[in-house]
Parts: sequence; C-alpha cells; structure tokens
Amino acid sequence: MCSYITEKVALFGSAKGGGEWRRIDAAQVYFDHPFDAPLDHALGVDLINEADGGRERIAIELSAETARALAHAILAALDRGDREHGTAPEGMMDY
Amino acid sequence: MSYLGMATRIVSFKAHGGDVGQAYHAAPATTQKLGGVVLVHHMPGWDDWTQEAARKLAHFGFACVAPHLYFRERPGTPDDCAARARAKGGVPDDQVMGDVQGCVDFLRAQPESNGKVAVMGFCSGGRHAYLAGCALQGLDAVVDCWGGNVVVADPADITPARPVAPIGLTKSLAAPLLGIFGNEDQRPSPAQVDETERVLKDLGKTYEFHRYDGAGHGFFAAERPAYRAEQATDGWKKVYAFLDRAIGPRARAD
Repeated sequence: MCSYITEKVALFGSAKGGGEWRRIDAAQVYFDHPFDAPLDHALGVDLINEADGGRERIAIELSAETARALAHAILAALDRGDREHGTAPEGMMDY
Repeated sequence: MSYLGMATRIVSFKAHGGDVGQAYHAAPATTQKLGGVVLVHHMPGWDDWTQEAARKLAHFGFACVAPHLYFRERPGTPDDCAARARAKGGVPDDQVMGDVQGCVDFLRAQPESNGKVAVMGFCSGGRHAYLAGCALQGLDAVVDCWGGNVVVADPADITPARPVAPIGLTKSLAAPLLGIFGNEDQRPSPAQVDETERVLKDLGKTYEFHRYDGAGHGFFAAERPAYRAEQATDGWKKVYAFLDRAIGPRARAD
C-alpha cells in the first residue's frame, strides 16, 4: 500500500549529508514504498531543518526489521550513556 | 518479426490551475495512429519504475505520458519533491485530477493520437485512476492496479486532500475499467475488491477484474521482493489486451 501516515518529531542536533554538516530541528518518519531501497516497504526518515524552510533533507530508508534494531540500539546507547555519564542537564540544549 | 522503436522525452503540459507541469513521454516510433495512456505514479513519486512502465507501454504500442505529480515542489530531485509533498499530507485530489486532465489533453493534441486516452495507475495512482474515471469527462478506459483506499475502511483516511472515497463516485464512471489485484494484498484487501466489484456490478458498469493468487501488493515491480514473475507477466498481458480493445488498435512492428 501507499501510506500517507507520517509521524513528525522535533529534534535538536546536526546531520551530515553531501559532505557537510547541517543543523536539524525535526524528522518526518513514515512507512511506505521506498524510493531507492530494494524493499516492498521501508521505514523512511527525513531529517530536516524547518527553521530554514525544511525543504532540504538527509534521508534514510530502512527495512522494518533493521529500523527496529536501530531504534533499540539508539535506546540502548542512551541508557548506557545515562549510566556512564548521567543525564545531560537541560542547559546543554542551548549550545 | 521485429520490434517497435520508441522515443522518450521530458515534456511540459498545462496542469491544474494553469501551472506548467512536467511529464515523461514515451511513444512508439511509428507512423501508425496511437492510443494514449496517462500513467499516474504512486505515493513515493516520479521514480524509475514509473518511467520503465511508461516505456513498457510504448514498447507495446501506446503513447504514454507520466506526469510528475510533485512538480510544484521543485527545484529538487523527484524523491526530494515527494518528501516535501508527503510532509504536506500528499497532493490534493482536485489538483491531481487537473493535472491528469492536462495530460489527457496533451496526448489528444499530439499529431499521432487516435483520439483515445486511458488513465492507468499503480497503488495510490490506481486510486487516482479510478477517481479520474469518475471525475473526468471523456476518458476511454481506466486501469486500476491495486489502488488502495478506493473503498475507505478507516475514516482517518478521509482528509482535506482526499475528501472522498472514490467508490462513492462510481455512478459517474463512464469508461470501461480494468482492475488488477493480488489476493494477498491488504490494501486493497480481497474484501475491499469484492466490495468494489459489487458496486460496479450493481451499477451495471463495464469492468473486468483479474485477481491473482500468490501475489500481494505491487507485484509488477521487478526490483522489489513482492515481484511475482508469473502473475506479473500475465497481468501485463491483460493490460495490453484491454488497452488494445479500449483505446487501440495498438501500434505493431512492421
């Protein structure tokens, strides 16, 4: 199926694509036929900077299985970071 | 026996709202008159598969125009344009219908046209094709390949961009309809295809459905795991035969 379902999440950070780092402030997350990956359906993530118009993106298309593995890996890394470094103070969001 | 040659080009057409649209045009290199097909891409956009399918239709004797439904999101690559359109909730139905009408007019204006035009689409483009058959005047045929949301099961799928369930407009369908579906598809599910067929039958519409066991959604797409060689080969033959009757005769090699 073609899916119109898109989840949007606010982010703070940077992403690299085309050889350059860019500030990003949001991600569009969706599950649909991919444009490039040889899959029937894929988890798509578009990392964008809405404050800058949001038209340019850094994109990934992942199989459902590996997207879930990535999500678990992100959470595992964050949990380990919390244990080893403590939770980041709020002020770190204002660099 | 030989093969038809073909020519392809990127063309402009008068789109919805007077915008200048962009489309891929593929047509047999022949002096024979040609039926035309407007080929509507799926949600991920104006991709390689769409252009391949356009060339396949030209190879089998039809002129084909495949509009870039997200051309208004340029500049950018087709996939980036698709991402921008997706973030806005998709393109509005009325805009798509205007763009399809512009492509119909483009095909009929070509000197090689025989005056007959079909609209064909895959997945969300299949829904658009069904909708075009109901909303536009003067089409000669419609081909819906596994269009989801012709029957809308979830009210959340009725949105400002897609305000109607096409099934509710079937009374206005004037052109013969070909439907191609996989019985393992869930969108449209076999029950939804049953419902579409029931409505078509009750309204006395001219249609033919081909429903394939062992195939799910998008089984024509050779670059994806869902590809099913036997069913896809037969399905394409059904498409050519239907178009040959509805908008042909198709051009043939000398």
